[in-house]
Amino acid sequence: MSAQAPPSSLVETVLAFADDELVLGWRDSEWTGVAPFLEEDVAFSSIAQGEIGHARALYDLAAGVLGGDADALAFDREPGEYRCAPFVELPLVHDWAATVARHWLYETADSIRVADLMQSDWAELAGLAAKMDREEAYHRMHAGMWAEKLGGDARFEAAVERLWPYALGVLEPGQRARLAEAVGRPEVEAVERGTHDEGYAALHEEMTMVRRSIPGAAW
Amino acid sequence: MVTAEKVWEALAEVPDPEIPVISLVDLGVVREVEVDGERVRVEFTPTFLGCPAQEVMRTQLAEAVRALGAEPEIDVVLDDSWSTDRITPEGRRKLEESGFAPPEPRAASAPTLVQLDTRAFRCPYCGSTDTKLENIFGPTPCRSIRYCQSCRQPFEQFKTI
Repeated sequence: MSAQAPPSSLVETVLAFADDELVLGWRDSEWTGVAPFLEEDVAFSSIAQGEIGHARALYDLAAGVLGGDADALAFDREPGEYRCAPFVELPLVHDWAATVARHWLYETADSIRVADLMQSDWAELAGLAAKMDREEAYHRMHAGMWAEKLGGDARFEAAVERLWPYALGVLEPGQRARLAEAVGRPEVEAVERGTHDEGYAALHEEMTMVRRSIPGAAW
Repeated sequence: MVTAEKVWEALAEVPDPEIPVISLVDLGVVREVEVDGERVRVEFTPTFLGCPAQEVMRTQLAEAVRALGAEPEIDVVLDDSWSTDRITPEGRRKLEESGFAPPEPRAASAPTLVQLDTRAFRCPYCGSTDTKLENIFGPTPCRSIRYCQSCRQPFEQFKTI
């Protein structure tokens, strides 16, 4: 624990970040077994594991302030309490071009967010962000490699165009110009946090099912 | 009477759950041991945040302390203080002997794909540097898959972090 409690707005930011990583990790894991080829099956499964590991560490940090534990924050809240960006909720399995587009846009946005959190006055958050940044470097490599491979492909470009307003919604307004510059697109109106995609209810239902099946069970 | 030295010796016998040839002390994830009478505080940093073996590691560390007749307190530190540079020379040797190429030294900034593609990573089986990257990701978050063009053997490369 820090000597001084971090501001509640920062705890909210951490929680929203954790929700992003958990839900995206969940969506990524949906490729396990059905990716276009084996190497990508392994890659997306490992990336999913990485994102969910980051979610756990962020929930742990938030739980230190809010009480409870990482599992309670991840699985016991009502669907409406999750603050993830609608971007990470979109079900994209079976659309590889859109999945790569989201992966690339998300990792680019995430690198901006993590770089800012590394400068945080909340020492534990800054330390955690630095660790995440080293790990995310491998996700960024993978995303960049695919974006380069599919760059110019009509399906990929259309997916980037469609997902762009969603990607902006991952970041705070003050961070968005850097994302626009990094991906070479003009800033447009973002799809903001606080609303959920219509597929979200089903995702929440499935994601929390095991936990709800036997309340309080130790696994 | 439990001493810090005895605790370190005991922890040096705790194998990594995923790569049992190497101990948690060899892996460098045990950061600090503090003895206060019958209480032993162990500071531990996971390798990767998504490492599924974290809980097992914590339990095993606590059990090793308990076996000495002391009460363990395992503190998990989630910051950037663990890097693959903390794997001991002994640990690197053990990794190599069991078919894992040890990590490269950490640089100021994280590695890039170009570096992973072009650098001369050595095959742990035949020693050739004629190897190529097959997959950035492998069976656990800490490993990549490479292929040796010389002895035609795939092998696992410990990621630098």
